[in-house]
Amino acid sequence: MNEILNFIHDNIQMIYIVILMVFVGIEIISHVPAVLHTPLMSGANAIHGVVIIGAILVMLHMDPTNKPGLAIGFVAVVLGTLNVVGGFVVTDRMLDMFKTKK
Amino acid sequence: METALLDILYLLASIGFIVGLKMLGSPKTARKGNFYSAIGMTLAILGTIFIYPKIAHLTIPGFVYALIFTAILIGTVIGWGIAKRVEMTKMPELVSFFNGMGGATAALIGLMEFEHNIGHASKMSMIVAGLVIGSISFAGSMIAWAKLSGKLRKPVRLPQYNILNTLLAILIIIFGIYIVAAQVNNPLYIYSLFALAIIYGVLFVLPIGGADMPVVISLLNSFTGLAAAFGGFLYDNMAMLTGGILVGSAGTILTVAMTKAMNRSLTAVIFGAFGEGSKNADSREKIKGNIKEAGPSDAAILLNYANKVIIVPGYGLAVAQAQHVLHELEELLAKKGVDVKYAIHPVAGRMPGHMNVLLAEANVDYDKLVDMDDINNEFPNTDVVLVVGANDVVNPAAHNDPNSPIYGMPILEVDKAKNIIVNKRSMKPGYAGIENELFYNPKTSMLFGDAKSALTKVVQELKNM
Repeated sequence: MNEILNFIHDNIQMIYIVILMVFVGIEIISHVPAVLHTPLMSGANAIHGVVIIGAILVMLHMDPTNKPGLAIGFVAVVLGTLNVVGGFVVTDRMLDMFKTKK
Repeated sequence: METALLDILYLLASIGFIVGLKMLGSPKTARKGNFYSAIGMTLAILGTIFIYPKIAHLTIPGFVYALIFTAILIGTVIGWGIAKRVEMTKMPELVSFFNGMGGATAALIGLMEFEHNIGHASKMSMIVAGLVIGSISFAGSMIAWAKLSGKLRKPVRLPQYNILNTLLAILIIIFGIYIVAAQVNNPLYIYSLFALAIIYGVLFVLPIGGADMPVVISLLNSFTGLAAAFGGFLYDNMAMLTGGILVGSAGTILTVAMTKAMNRSLTAVIFGAFGEGSKNADSREKIKGNIKEAGPSDAAILLNYANKVIIVPGYGLAVAQAQHVLHELEELLAKKGVDVKYAIHPVAGRMPGHMNVLLAEANVDYDKLVDMDDINNEFPNTDVVLVVGANDVVNPAAHNDPNSPIYGMPILEVDKAKNIIVNKRSMKPGYAGIENELFYNPKTSMLFGDAKSALTKVVQELKNM
């Protein structure tokens, strides 16, 4: 119990951010026309690729002699990049098709 | 100084994500919005690689940097290549695939951070949560990807899968809490938890029918967002936190919007009420009646002498890549003075907006695409409805048959039109696996064949008139 209270105390700013971001997310999605649902899902999919930062941090903190650790970190960065780059490029490709419309 | 610079970069990234996602909500700004998000992401990544080590006073050996850059290069080349090459019809599977990659990244982070944080309960709880959710998202997305790409067509249901899945979920939660609370230091535990979460992800998506796949992908999308946010807590990283939570909440809203469009509850999707419904459908008597087959010339005549035509596109259009010839048909009819519109069901295709993307590719005028709610009252004064590869979204059973698994789902009320032409490859039921009485309607003519070749023939006939 104490642990939980401590956690809340230590991270109170982040908890505020979480709550506010939840509402931001709800607010900006709520008025989107169905037309854009697929690109939106795809764009959101690219954004959660931000998890790649975690993978890079792992690599930066990794003991350089820990070969298996570096290997797993390497894979994580590759997969994270796939998520980011693939996500943004495929969203752009979808949206490119809307361009000629007025 | 450097700390502030990194903070600013992460702040810019967060703003990029929020503004970008907001701009994705309007067709005019969407492309720019996506670009802004991408810039934000690039800033965050570059800042992490170049500035973070200075702040944390880390000396990074050259080969570690080389590894990171090589990994990013490989990921970029492969990701860019797949995203550029894949056909528009494969888009939903692709989103699922990339989503799985993000989940896997979150899971791997958890596996590696475990031993550095033993005894640190709050960090460990973030690691465990990120690992579990990331693994479920990864495994589930891969199954969804396999299903959508046709590698796994039938829902697989283990006996009592609902109870089994629920028990497994409870086991994972208890096990996760135990790892945190007991300050476990044996990596074997975290690998076991990882394995359990992977198994759960597979079992979670396996029984879910293909028709519900968009909902599942959207749900897993928000899961990965959540996993990224736990990473944000773990590293005190604002870019990860804001990006993750934003996607988590946006993805949840999108999921809810989709289930609403299908008139299903999320619990029904997950716990498989659909499956039980399908059993009823199998035991029900087959619809009796005759179907009327029409050739391309019959279809062309019907369309040629109509005043008002509504086209209902579905997944069959995407599979046949017939969007260009359909657009040609629409322009041809418009030239002849026929009022032509497209009726877009929210869940036509394999993802919401799938049809819009597909038709946009063929340069169909944006204003001709009409949403279900706006067009349903136009069907009674429509001369001809042309259904191209759509099935469940026009099935009157959703209105008439309380036993039908899709009963209550909002549909396009095409049966109210004066004439209906249905283009399908065969009489095979649609994705929900149920019969469609619309095909037996006396007003309906069936135009069998692949959408592309059938429509090409209709276009030729029309040109000769």
